[in-house]
Amino acid sequence: MTVKKDQWINLSFVFGVIGFIGIANSFFDEYTIRILNNIAIFTILAVSYNLINGVTGQFSLEPNGFVAIGAYVTALLLVSPEAKQYQYAIVDPYPFVLSLHANFVVALVLSGFFATCLALVLSFPVFRVRGDYLAIVTLGFGFIIKIFAINYPEVTNGSLGLNDIPEFSNLYWTGGIAIIAVITVLNIVNSKFGRAMKAVRDDEDAAIAMGVNTFKAKTFAFCTSAFFEGVGGGLLAALLTSISPDLFDFFFTFQLLIIIVLGGLGSTTGAIVGTILVMGGSEWMRFLDEPMKFFGYTTPAMPGLRMVVFSLILIFIMLFAREGIMGKKELKDLFKGRKRSAK
Amino acid sequence: MILHVNNVTKNFGGVTAIKETSFSVDRKEIFGLIGPNGAGKTTMFNIITGNYEPSSGEVIFRNEMIHGLKPHLIVRRGIARTFQNIRLFSSMSVLDNVLIGFDFQARYSFFEAISRFPRFIGEEKRIKKRAFEILDYFGMSAFAHDKAVDLSYGQQRKVEIARALATNPELLLLDEPAAGMNPSETEELGNIIKKAREDFDLTVLLIEHDMKFVNQLCDKVLVLDYGKTIFEGKPSDAIQDSEVISAYLGDFHHD
Repeated sequence: MTVKKDQWINLSFVFGVIGFIGIANSFFDEYTIRILNNIAIFTILAVSYNLINGVTGQFSLEPNGFVAIGAYVTALLLVSPEAKQYQYAIVDPYPFVLSLHANFVVALVLSGFFATCLALVLSFPVFRVRGDYLAIVTLGFGFIIKIFAINYPEVTNGSLGLNDIPEFSNLYWTGGIAIIAVITVLNIVNSKFGRAMKAVRDDEDAAIAMGVNTFKAKTFAFCTSAFFEGVGGGLLAALLTSISPDLFDFFFTFQLLIIIVLGGLGSTTGAIVGTILVMGGSEWMRFLDEPMKFFGYTTPAMPGLRMVVFSLILIFIMLFAREGIMGKKELKDLFKGRKRSAK
Repeated sequence: MILHVNNVTKNFGGVTAIKETSFSVDRKEIFGLIGPNGAGKTTMFNIITGNYEPSSGEVIFRNEMIHGLKPHLIVRRGIARTFQNIRLFSSMSVLDNVLIGFDFQARYSFFEAISRFPRFIGEEKRIKKRAFEILDYFGMSAFAHDKAVDLSYGQQRKVEIARALATNPELLLLDEPAAGMNPSETEELGNIIKKAREDFDLTVLLIEHDMKFVNQLCDKVLVLDYGKTIFEGKPSDAIQDSEVISAYLGDFHHD
């Protein structure tokens, strides 16, 4: 009975989001749609990053690497051979690079696939270490991918990056895949795999004593997260239409980290709330950088004030809600809690 | 005979934590492992559960050598444990804590979970039902949706044992189960262990300092001191054994 009711609520959420996408696409201006696209893509990234960092508690710092792989795979598959011909200015590309071509769906799936394969290979060395060491090892991996992109111009066109990527991403694609990503991650979290991941986070030795294969739990989380980071990278490439290695430096990971910590490490819906606040909020606060009028007195433009205010807000949230806005709770737990206390 | 520890030695660098220790536990026995602090009791537990590999000797469980196996695989063969300081999963509910014990018994794949395949729903229903059966047995099903760490100490200990039983063990290792409990809680725990032995067909191996508890509960004890066996037999005889007394209280004989 209660299960059915929950399903209705979830379904109405999904249809609500789809309806909103439809309305937004036809009525909102280009700038707003751009922000919504960003929010959708970062929802995909944040929700999947939260699976390994928050739910499984493995503090890793590599998503920029997987996003870069996804973006480059999609870009290489989407840019037409003619466009590639004149883009490679540093060295001539390998012949196979020119012949690569696929449609958008195949490109996205392959982006996710390559990121997952790499995650699988990586998980063997990476999960030999715990805690701080894991963070350092994964951080190194993120750097390696970027350096590889710069120093392998035969494939990636080096620091010039790839341009003229067809702009296939629109709100239907980004929003639709965001919905799929959220549902997938929630289904994982609410299964034995999710329970095993949480057990690893809470007490890895106790989890082993319960017969949990903790390496497997971590690898599942890592690979799922890599898959959606790869897909998200592909969507990003097809939204920005040009990519370069600088886009995928550590700041990218840092931004995702802020989102999931703000939303509440371990909370999937918290990751969504965090994305909307950080991506939407930082756009909304742009007025702070411009000249402002107070009681007839005009302050000069202060570029950067936006980031100062943003940082202050972050500090305050972390001071008063140490576990993030949602803690480890999901949105529906909040409603349940209210019902119980009302009784 | 369900468990046989044969001539096990464990060295940590230059320190010998356990020296050439052998003992056997019979099916459905409650076997006590006692001794002063630092005697090597917990080390012995960690060897049986696979957390440590013995420096020499062998551990035989149901006629199979299990030393050197990965700890989670030993659990799957039927050895469950609790910890000296209760280690429940702090962010999870009582029910989820018990469900972790069913992790390897739920038969559905990763993709069946993502797509909410019928087998996923059926299996989840099955293990939830069994988890509630175990919680009912311990009188804890009313707390199923509470956070495990919000319970009292005695209740947490029950949840920990329930969680261990969820792995469907034949041998249950309890590391100081009565530590930090008041006399009435200790008595209740003793009754639970005795009753669970019958109802779950369990063999129990426990570490305990509370000699009254050991006396009431255990069929047999092994007394360790500095990694060596100094006594094996009935608990009532152990407390009269001169070597055991001197190990606990110091040597009074001056020649």
